[in-house]
Amino acid sequence: MTTRLEQPKGGFNFDNYQRNVFLEQKGITLPKMTKTGTTIVGLIYKDGVCLGADTRATAGPIVADKNCEKIHYLAPNIHCCGAGTAADTEYTTALISSQLELHRLTTGRKSRVATALIMLKQMLFRYQGHIGAALVLGGYDINGPCLYTIHPHGSTDKLPYVTMGSGSLAAMSVFESRWRKDLERQEAIDLVKDAIESGIFNDLGSGSNVDVTVIEKDKVDVYRNYAKPNERGQKEQSYKFNRGTTAILKESIKDLVIITEGIEEMDIS
Amino acid sequence: MNPVSLYDIDSLTISPVEAPVERQFYPYADNGGTSLAIAGADYCLVASDTRQSSGYSISSRYSPKAFKLTEKAVLATNGFFADGLALTKRLGQKLEWYKHAHDKEMSTRALAQMLSNTLYYKRFFPYYVFNLLGGIDEQGRGVVYSYDPVGSYEPEMYRAGGSAASLVQPFLDNQVGLKNQQGAQRTPLPLDTAIRIAKDAFTSATERDIYTGDYLEIFVIRQEGVTTERIDLKKD
Amino acid sequence: MDHFPLNWDKLGQENRGKPKNDIFADAITRTQRPIVTGTSVIALKYKDGVMLAADMLASYGSLARFTDVKRLYPVGDFTVLGASGDISDFQYTKHLLDTVMVEEYYTNDGHVLRTQNIYEYLSRVMYNRRSQFNPLWNAYIVGGYNNDEKFLGYVDLLGTTYQSSTIATGFGAYLAQPILRKAVEGKEDTLTEAEAVEILDSCLRVLYYRDARSFNKFQRAKITAEGVEITGPYKVESQWGFAEGIRGYGP
Repeated sequence: MTTRLEQPKGGFNFDNYQRNVFLEQKGITLPKMTKTGTTIVGLIYKDGVCLGADTRATAGPIVADKNCEKIHYLAPNIHCCGAGTAADTEYTTALISSQLELHRLTTGRKSRVATALIMLKQMLFRYQGHIGAALVLGGYDINGPCLYTIHPHGSTDKLPYVTMGSGSLAAMSVFESRWRKDLERQEAIDLVKDAIESGIFNDLGSGSNVDVTVIEKDKVDVYRNYAKPNERGQKEQSYKFNRGTTAILKESIKDLVIITEGIEEMDIS
Repeated sequence: MNPVSLYDIDSLTISPVEAPVERQFYPYADNGGTSLAIAGADYCLVASDTRQSSGYSISSRYSPKAFKLTEKAVLATNGFFADGLALTKRLGQKLEWYKHAHDKEMSTRALAQMLSNTLYYKRFFPYYVFNLLGGIDEQGRGVVYSYDPVGSYEPEMYRAGGSAASLVQPFLDNQVGLKNQQGAQRTPLPLDTAIRIAKDAFTSATERDIYTGDYLEIFVIRQEGVTTERIDLKKD
Repeated sequence: MDHFPLNWDKLGQENRGKPKNDIFADAITRTQRPIVTGTSVIALKYKDGVMLAADMLASYGSLARFTDVKRLYPVGDFTVLGASGDISDFQYTKHLLDTVMVEEYYTNDGHVLRTQNIYEYLSRVMYNRRSQFNPLWNAYIVGGYNNDEKFLGYVDLLGTTYQSSTIATGFGAYLAQPILRKAVEGKEDTLTEAEAVEILDSCLRVLYYRDARSFNKFQRAKITAEGVEITGPYKVESQWGFAEGIRGYGP
């Protein structure tokens, strides 16, 4: 008589997913996750790749973080923008970043963007979309500038200009009307900034500041808060409370140390 | 023996056939936005942002949802904009009829009751609107009435409504209601302080609520009439 | 995917025909989903008045069914109605507005309906239909010019209304509105006609690139003190050359 459920050897087990569906049907909701309702973009220009992101993280209708970082480090020559579930984008990129570092130490070679791409897409595909990470992957390696998008289910695109997140259409409208081949560095940065700002001002899921990262051959520039088009204004008055505003309901002071007069001999027996 | 089943396997089978089929048109939308009202000794302040949104998109940056109903009352509508507008027009018409019938403008107290009746009249197909009615009464004192969509209402001294109500109401409880504060000076709130509190409430709500922003419209109702002020809010 | 719109609420072969155990199956049916549809309409205010633009495609699901459909319709001498959504409901709306205009005309009191009046009427029709659970499945833009004043208003199947210096329906709300806002906001009284046309064309081009239900054949309406002028059909220039440089989706 078997009392134990047979576990299949190898592969993935989605029992917990089924359990969660069941629990949700019974009215038990899962904890709310922080989604980076986001605008992230990337483009290839003459000498490299330019990545951009807004800095708003949301939990439903509430802004959870007004200045979060969505352009993650993967390798010295590779960075990755993340949209979707905040934790998923952070842990996926951190995990792959760690694996790439080990890979570099093993091989003694610089990481390639294609390597990162394959590792990311295979991981996301394995999890069948349950890892809610939508990524824009950009870098510069032996093959020159590279730019990819990776969707949560593991599919990828290789294009000269890409956008993702809830503000992707607002940003894409800027790229589709102004992108051209072989942009100069500053033109590329300006275009990326305008695309992100388009998301910031037209998409409620995106907001606050513009982060830009520029990757060229042997040179990476991280411009954290490249543009700050949404500075908070001065408050009308001070909200400092007078001392004693909080009522004291009960007061009790206890001596935790017993102070004795004179010198006591130390016990050295 | 079969493996022990922890839960009903049949209920977990998700086939496309059992997927819910939308066969009913859904007649409501949430157009976001926030309002607040504060009653003073001889004034009432009603403030609303002017962003109208649908989903993650901004429909209009300037689409006011607070309306002057009489010389002594302003109505702020939050929720489904089309219902808010329809309700406002209906009230406007009733007020016009009242004026012709009685040769005077309706008092704010009567208007408050009429609004409640108008909402309850549509009890089983409600106006999806959370109303704040701010005005001054027959004695010239400020008053705020707050409503649920089907007409339950009560007079109050201050109230926040709309998408950032849960952010603004605790702030008003603290700064206007002076709740749980020892030794706080409970003097009548001067108008300029009320305006400052309203502005700070909205700049702060704009920071943390994605549906609030663009412009702030502040109505001040006094014995002499209604004045309006418009202020910029952040547009992201 | 089943590309035949009439089957869209009958998922699965065995379910074709009547949904099983559906007590509403024999009840009266109303417009519950659009069938033949038009995509985005875009509009802006500029120095001399307002402009609207839309393509001339009527889609049947994913099929590009009719390619010569006029979605900009003049109502009176200074108003244009731009329609997206269900085309049959649009045709009914045109009939409705024509009736009102004719009635107003034969009263022969010298009074004509202005843009604001037409917009108000249409808004009430839309809101009343939604309140009867029998919506007209459209998003409309009403543009006009009266008494030296530009008018641009939106109304949809829920009766939701708003006025703004730039409006875009459907996919245009995501793709065209950001461009329109950046180009127009604050410049409603300075933009020239040529600039307005250029802005609209760049929006139409982006929509043609990215909206799968769009078509490169457009009409544009201009409403000024002189009246209504509808131009087109015309095309916008598009550039697909870079596509040849794209190879695959990864290594």
